[in-house]
Amino acid sequence: MRLTYIVDRGAKYVLLLTALLSLLVVFLIGIFTLREGWPAFTKIGLGELLSGSVWRPQMDRFGLWPMLAGSAMVTLGAVVLGVPLSLMAAIFMAETAPSGVRNIVRPAIELLAGIPSVVYGLFGLVVLVPMVRQIPVAGNQGFGILAASIVLAVMILPTVTNISEDAIRSVPREYKEGSLALGTTHWQTIVGVILPSARSGIIAGVILGIGRALGETMAMIMVIGNSIIPPRPLDSNPLTIVLSTARTLTGNIAVEISYATGLQEDALFATGVVLFLMIILVNSAARLLMRGKRNG
Amino acid sequence: MRRFAFVALLVLAVVVAGCTTGTPTAAPTQAASEATSAPAKQEATSAPDESGTTISVAGSTTVQPLAEKLATAYRAIHPNVEVTVQGGGSSVGVKSAAQGTADIGAASREVKQSELDEFPNLNVITIARDGIAIVAHPDVAVDDLTIEQVQDIFSGKITNWSEVGGADSLITVVSREEGSGTRGAFEEMVMGEEALIAGTAILQQSNGAVRTTIATTPNSIAYLSFGYLDDSVKTIKVGGVAPTEENAANGSYSIVRPLNMLTSGEPQGAVKAWLEYILSPEGQETVVAEGYLRVN
Repeated sequence: MRLTYIVDRGAKYVLLLTALLSLLVVFLIGIFTLREGWPAFTKIGLGELLSGSVWRPQMDRFGLWPMLAGSAMVTLGAVVLGVPLSLMAAIFMAETAPSGVRNIVRPAIELLAGIPSVVYGLFGLVVLVPMVRQIPVAGNQGFGILAASIVLAVMILPTVTNISEDAIRSVPREYKEGSLALGTTHWQTIVGVILPSARSGIIAGVILGIGRALGETMAMIMVIGNSIIPPRPLDSNPLTIVLSTARTLTGNIAVEISYATGLQEDALFATGVVLFLMIILVNSAARLLMRGKRNG
Repeated sequence: MRRFAFVALLVLAVVVAGCTTGTPTAAPTQAASEATSAPAKQEATSAPDESGTTISVAGSTTVQPLAEKLATAYRAIHPNVEVTVQGGGSSVGVKSAAQGTADIGAASREVKQSELDEFPNLNVITIARDGIAIVAHPDVAVDDLTIEQVQDIFSGKITNWSEVGGADSLITVVSREEGSGTRGAFEEMVMGEEALIAGTAILQQSNGAVRTTIATTPNSIAYLSFGYLDDSVKTIKVGGVAPTEENAANGSYSIVRPLNMLTSGEPQGAVKAWLEYILSPEGQETVVAEGYLRVN
């Protein structure tokens, strides 16, 4: 009897320790990145690092503003292109799909999540970039924010669709039944009752998709051009800013880390710290929203 | 339970922190170069016998195909010696050789004084010389450029092909990343002290990627190692001189740089034998056959 008691208590502690271990790993990664990047914060200064618009390490200029702008624009583009698509896919699978179609579409979307990002980059490089290059704007090289946004939109599709579908499914049946009983059509119910109720879950899904988009590296390096200037419109039409080449924060680290030494290496770790903080913010926001949804 | 969890976390943190102090800054540079260099095979530099030795070469993508051909030729004579060749760029080559993560570091430029100051153990052996050609997309109509025009195009002063006698279209500049030896040599010999390569340039991470980009991007221009020239890109004469091996050998084509192999300290054992082979008449024959220039 004593042995079973010991095993019972012991197992609980072992599980606790393994959970603490994963917590420790996250903590250590954060501390390590912060420690390596700290000289960059002290020597370059937070202001110059975040708002400086010139990144030329050979001339001791370390301004991350072009990369911040690049990451932000690409993520925004991915959300603008990908979220409506994901939402419609989620509504389709939760509400209107016949079960046979749903059984084909869902594995297909989940397969999208499993494709390695370098394959997405290859697809973007070989198919999307020449297609974007067809747009008749002078200075359009195909590489740039538009191609990168399209690739990212496809990459965040599984995340956002999955969570949105769960949110839609967890809307209580009574809401739907009540609405239909009052004489509304299915579509009116979806738009007027189900989507508003699932709103916080859907937003949580979008925010997680944003987190995924912010962290994407390999596919971005291959299609965005990696130029070191902030994105700018190519001619008098401000919309052509989406055809500008750019560089993301993640791409900045990946392109330069293999040969960086000294202060440049510290600056790249500082970029990592910035990314880390952005992801923490994004994930916390998503968790808060999802908890709200479950209670309310 | 909660107090136990807290104490356990503290103990784990202290234990792990104790294990990591002592290698604060060596660890990230090591990790960074290990991520991109061949795995270290320290035995190769000290074991004089050749039974199953491996020599790891890392660095310049210009030297990479030449090193692979030299490895194949050497294996015909010494079948027990295996040479693994990786890219990453010249600065990676310098770092890998100095830190011992590769047996031989390959660089397609002169080693900088700052690198010699930082790594005084570096031993430099020039195995060949290589020309850098100016290449453009096959449809570009321009055949000849002066050095000043090349400088102005790459620095962004000249932006349209019509300014140098071509069609009226914007020039797309493609360049290597900052750590590239090809770029370093190009900047030193063509751009000079003041002019910088334009921030709007598209960056690619290897000679091969540059070639593919030029071959598929209309109105593009880049610099490319002689060893990577093929029919998919068009070469442009500089000051009336065509980028051929004869012109580089007789001195009329001036954009030529050394291809260096670097070791930490004097080379030993199998590494020394291979390097001596490369500098021998048979090795230099292979160098010339691959489109590079001999050193003796």
